[in-house]
Amino acid sequence: MAISRKPASQAPDFSGGLFKRPTTSKGLVSWLTTIDHKRIGILYFLSGIFFFVIGGLEALVIRTQLTRSGLNLISPDLYNQMFTMHGTTMIFLAVMPMSAGFFNYLTPLMIGARDVAFPRLNSFSYWTFFFGAITLNASWFLGGAPDTGWFGYSPLTSTTYSPGLAVDFWVFGLQMLGLASLLAGFNFIVTIINMRAPGMTMFKMPAFVWMTLVVQFLVILAFPAITIALVELMMDRQFGTGFFNPAMGGMPIYWQHLFWVFGHPEVYILILPAMGIVSEVLPTFSRKPLFGYPVVVMSGALIGLMGFAVWSHHMFTTGMGAVANAAFAATTMTIAIPTGVKIFNWIGTLWGGKIRLTTPMLFALGFIFMFTVGGVSGVMHSAAPADAQQQDTYFVVAHFHYVLIGGSIFGLFSGFYYWSPMVTGRMLSEKWGKIVFWVMFWGFNITFFPMHFAGLNGQARRTHSYSQELGLDNLNTLATIGSYILALGVGIFIVHVIRDVISGEKVSEDPWDARTIEWRLPLPTPVYNFDKIPNITHRDQHWFDKHPDLAHSHEHGADGAAHADDDGHSHEDEHGIHLPGQSWYPFVMSFGLFVVVFGGLYSSLLMVIVGFVITFIGCYAWAFEGIGGTHVKPKGQSWYQ
Amino acid sequence: MVSVAHGSGHDEHHDTEHSEHRSTNVDDKKILMWAFLASDCMFFGALIVTYLVYKGRSLVGPYPIDVLDIPLTTVSTFVLLMSSFLMVLALDSIKHNDIPKFRLWTLGVCLFGSIFLGFQVYEFSHFVDVGLTLQQNLFGTTFFTLTGTHGIHVTIGVIWLLSILVTSYVRPMTSKDAVYVEVAGLYWHFVDIVWIVIFTIVYLVEFIGVPA
Repeated sequence: MAISRKPASQAPDFSGGLFKRPTTSKGLVSWLTTIDHKRIGILYFLSGIFFFVIGGLEALVIRTQLTRSGLNLISPDLYNQMFTMHGTTMIFLAVMPMSAGFFNYLTPLMIGARDVAFPRLNSFSYWTFFFGAITLNASWFLGGAPDTGWFGYSPLTSTTYSPGLAVDFWVFGLQMLGLASLLAGFNFIVTIINMRAPGMTMFKMPAFVWMTLVVQFLVILAFPAITIALVELMMDRQFGTGFFNPAMGGMPIYWQHLFWVFGHPEVYILILPAMGIVSEVLPTFSRKPLFGYPVVVMSGALIGLMGFAVWSHHMFTTGMGAVANAAFAATTMTIAIPTGVKIFNWIGTLWGGKIRLTTPMLFALGFIFMFTVGGVSGVMHSAAPADAQQQDTYFVVAHFHYVLIGGSIFGLFSGFYYWSPMVTGRMLSEKWGKIVFWVMFWGFNITFFPMHFAGLNGQARRTHSYSQELGLDNLNTLATIGSYILALGVGIFIVHVIRDVISGEKVSEDPWDARTIEWRLPLPTPVYNFDKIPNITHRDQHWFDKHPDLAHSHEHGADGAAHADDDGHSHEDEHGIHLPGQSWYPFVMSFGLFVVVFGGLYSSLLMVIVGFVITFIGCYAWAFEGIGGTHVKPKGQSWYQ
Repeated sequence: MVSVAHGSGHDEHHDTEHSEHRSTNVDDKKILMWAFLASDCMFFGALIVTYLVYKGRSLVGPYPIDVLDIPLTTVSTFVLLMSSFLMVLALDSIKHNDIPKFRLWTLGVCLFGSIFLGFQVYEFSHFVDVGLTLQQNLFGTTFFTLTGTHGIHVTIGVIWLLSILVTSYVRPMTSKDAVYVEVAGLYWHFVDIVWIVIFTIVYLVEFIGVPA
């Protein structure tokens, strides 16, 4: 490394902390105490992939059980646990953390910042997520997993129908995951609003950063609803209150409203990051700016806003009445408009471009195709009378897997293939990447396309087996075969990525001829990000710097003749760039909460108190531990490595 | 998070001595607090909606009109409102580097907050005495959960402000630290405003049309 590290001698030491802030960059401690947004991003993404595999294995068990009618490979009870944990895992432990990986790694780089606004808070978010994920999955080994569906409808979750701890594990695990998401949401809102490089106005931000911002607003405004719903459920279960207890006048339907007030914005929390990724990948590999950037941005914001006005379309068959059904059908149909607008913008981006069919591009194109299929079936549900037929059938399962796998997962994979050289400094094999794409593409479609027919022909979801008289055996066998092909694709992905990360072709700068400023950096990304914070005069600044003549003609919104100030803003002086020390306390605090949760689960007041004491000590030590850290000096223009 | 770090506690910013380029001229911590308050609106929103959805649906008593004591709660509400006034004075003092006054007013905020909590403890135990518990009926369920959550917010605010007060004795504080007080103040005022809403919806509305 062509950088020199020296301790930050002039940093005042108030030694309020119990430990010194570590500065090691290697080993387990460096990961447990890291506050670097890039490392936290890597941790999020790896956790997401890990749980994606776990959730995938649960899906394979489900599909195997459904291969033929009347099978009994696993018990109905275990089957219920499988689909509950499959849904919960894929949503909260796979797609959300993988998206968080991209938010963490890319947002500061894309806006020209050294880190997020609150790096230790960021670390706290990750570790709280981590312990929440453990809590949720610990139920498998401690008396059985929850079996009430990822939506946990009342009164199924009451102590009458769900005795035992499974639902409590679900409640407490989700509360920790929610806390992690909320804190990350605040952190990224501040980062994006306040830490943009000089000259980067809101409408010069990359589309991905915009979608990140919209998602964070969705998180901080939607998660409170489920947090309160879970608090109320917890009160019902632990203290015998009557929120969802009909015997006391409580209304189980009220749970559904609270849940879906969160649950529908959550759908956009899952898909908007992938939309942001695709909006970066398509322009790069079409060698054109994003078509209609302001429209893409505003559609994203509009989707976020309207996401709060459609929740009851999950409840068309609950007897809300004609007026409510009609109103929510109308809002649901309306939200398809900004979504459709985006699809046209992506096609417009491709139109007339010099298209390069790289692996990220293939995944992005796959995203457009399959997300459109899922979107079309989504509009079909929005008609309340049609939905009455489709509710709780495999048609709905087909729909949301088209938007969540075909949409979110393919978008995230596109982003992974696109940005991984930044993380590792090595290219992923294009040959194997394309094989992964085609295997996953066919596996996915063979699994889920037949489900449209199975559903319309009456196969109910969330049921352990089906009757042979339905005549759906062959469609189900086809779907099961497809699911194994999809799993094979993911398996190839993992093997070839591990191989290429270790021994892939080395690359030291922008391999894709990309457009946004994170690609200005040498690969892999230096620990301090930018040695000089760039000045921004254009959207797609990196492209403009490379091709001032070409870029100018495309960018109507650019500031006329203003040229990028190549010197940028120097944050260096004789001390070099200050990197704050790492910190133990985020981990300590998350661990404290973990102890509290287990104390609550096993009704041990002592454990709860001990957990809160740990959390409190962590909190105050955090506040008083001082800056610490090191100063890093990039030597001239010779970058990291 | 208890934000009572020392003067160089802008440690979340990588470059304390240099530049501090920020896109808006607003401190990071203030934007964070505003974002949190937006989120907290939704938390209280969900709880208040729950209260309203179940209003008048209790199957057995005691009902709100049987137990709520408007004069008593008016006093505690007034005390909480006055604590907001002291909060403004405390922030003004530290902005003018008047640390003794800052300590006095901050202590006053904590005291008034604690008096409010004392009223709430009294109210809760009185309600339990007359048979209103969490498990008694939907009024008990929703009332204790809503006002209890608010009480927890006040408690956190008191602990937070006390921490800042103690910090002012541990190390010198100046007007540069005013932002910590300001952020805590934002939280405190918000919690007060929420109480005004709760007092109106839970207490006052119940007595519309009831002769005094």
